[in-house]
Amino acid sequence: MPALDPMQLEPSTWVFIIFTVLKMLAIFTIYMVGVAYTTLAERKISAWIQDRHGPNRVGPWGLLQVIADGVKNFTKEETMPGDVNKALFIVAPALAFIPALIAWAVIPFGAPLPTPWGRIDLVVADLPIGFLFTLAITSIGVYGIVLAGWASNNKYALLGGLRSSAQMVSYEIAMGMSTVCVLLVAGNVSLSEIVMQQATMGWNALLLSIAAFLFLVAAFAETNRVPFDLPEAESELIAGYHSEYSAMKFSMFPISEYANMITASAMFVTLFLGGWDIPFTLWDNSGPATVAKAALTSLFFAAKVLFFVFFYIWVRWTLPRFRYDQLMSLGWKLMLPVALAYIVIVASALLALDAAGLARTGWAFKGALMALNLVLVGVLFFILDRGRLISPAYSRLERERVARLRSVAQRRATLAPGEIRS
Amino acid sequence: MGNEFYPLFYSFHFYLFGLIAVASALLFVTRKSPVAAAMWLVNVMFCLAALYVLLDAQFIGAIQVLVYAGAIMVVFLFVVMLLNLGHPSELSDIRGNAGRLTAGLVGLALLAEVMVLGRAEFPAQLTMAAAESLKAAQRIDGPGGVIGPIAAPMFKQHLLAFELTSMLLLTAIVGAVVIGKKRTPDAR
Repeated sequence: MPALDPMQLEPSTWVFIIFTVLKMLAIFTIYMVGVAYTTLAERKISAWIQDRHGPNRVGPWGLLQVIADGVKNFTKEETMPGDVNKALFIVAPALAFIPALIAWAVIPFGAPLPTPWGRIDLVVADLPIGFLFTLAITSIGVYGIVLAGWASNNKYALLGGLRSSAQMVSYEIAMGMSTVCVLLVAGNVSLSEIVMQQATMGWNALLLSIAAFLFLVAAFAETNRVPFDLPEAESELIAGYHSEYSAMKFSMFPISEYANMITASAMFVTLFLGGWDIPFTLWDNSGPATVAKAALTSLFFAAKVLFFVFFYIWVRWTLPRFRYDQLMSLGWKLMLPVALAYIVIVASALLALDAAGLARTGWAFKGALMALNLVLVGVLFFILDRGRLISPAYSRLERERVARLRSVAQRRATLAPGEIRS
Repeated sequence: MGNEFYPLFYSFHFYLFGLIAVASALLFVTRKSPVAAAMWLVNVMFCLAALYVLLDAQFIGAIQVLVYAGAIMVVFLFVVMLLNLGHPSELSDIRGNAGRLTAGLVGLALLAEVMVLGRAEFPAQLTMAAAESLKAAQRIDGPGGVIGPIAAPMFKQHLLAFELTSMLLLTAIVGAVVIGKKRTPDAR
């Protein structure tokens, strides 16, 4: 990170290796505990939304419920159904979880930490291709579910696996396209550069709201969360791809779901909400690195990620599931064209503003982008959409549409039983 | 450029991943179950990506995983699962001794080609002088990061070829949709 204090010396090789191992251990520990407590948070928040108490028997406020769940899952009987493909059946749960964990290697989670042995960047590996790395790793996540579905030798599981591969490949495209705008504005694919760009230009959620919205929707689909939980759709597929799993192998799938949720939240925060940046101040981005800065920025990062984890849970207990054809048409017919059009608009706007000679960090540049963003949000959500997707459950149908639907129903009612609709 | 600083580290990992890649490729060819074969191919893709990264071509490495392992092989698996191909014993592809002999000869010819190419002088337009290669490596720290040195020639010098390639792919996709879309009498 060149903008930060050049006086702090780079750490030597051994210090670098030791601190990298320490960072890996710290991230792994915090992440696993976080995943475990997200399961408790889901139960507590769902209880709160449904006006219940939730788990409150194990430990104070039910805080030890997580440990009880873990012990239960490890000591349960494990069944291996006949005629499964053994190797893939065992590997699949691990494959579902590992990508979510690997993606954390490149996410910067705080301002650099000064130590007596040199400056330590608070990221495990600050890869120059950071963002592409996360995209590549998330695209691997589908294997766990697909292979679990196929190896189980069960029709419902296979259907879940098929659904998930179609769904995740489709939404990966929308996700990749929505982030192209971020890369255009940042001019780089390194995640720490994207965080620095947002510190100087303002958060991308304000500059590129539509891209942020598309990314968030695609992230829900990629993590198989409601309203996109079709691979496991309990009411249709009796838990889909993990029907045949039991004990800890089964438990790995919910664990990987929560792990993916936290990773997707962290990616959203890094790309659109300024990463570890503290808003309204440049105190944390300039000047010499201090321990206080590192600690505060990490806390801010954690707070932002936790908010989005809460958001995931909130949406799950609020929205119903999509139908499969709705899911596909939303991905291909709405999100992809919108994302492509948005890339063209943002690229043209950036070209025009650069040609006009405005500095990228100046207020004129930021103001112009934000104004364009407001106009586009208005056009997309209030003119093109007209309440169809954003509030479909309670939006009133237009009069002519009601008339059309009624006429169709009447025509069908008058047809003879054997007659086929032309 | 770490090659100069940690030569042992680099060559160890290069040969390690190369070995895994060759072993996985052999398993990919010899497995009879289509899903197992596909998974070994994914492993080959990963090893190739690792080799690219060791050669400082990190962008190519990421794209290798993203496109081949993450998209193409998933679609392969999707098709294999959708067709639900029968028992592996029905799917044996090696037909008789003549086929085996031809395959072996083609393999030997390819191996010979690799050996010859490994000893031959490269044409000048394919190689880069040491000073130039160092300059190219330093450009990575410039604006645009690792992507800049790839994107600039692609969108400036070779724009026409790039756009024509994308049009070709688009035409293929549209053609596939047209063929795949059945026109039945009672379709809406």
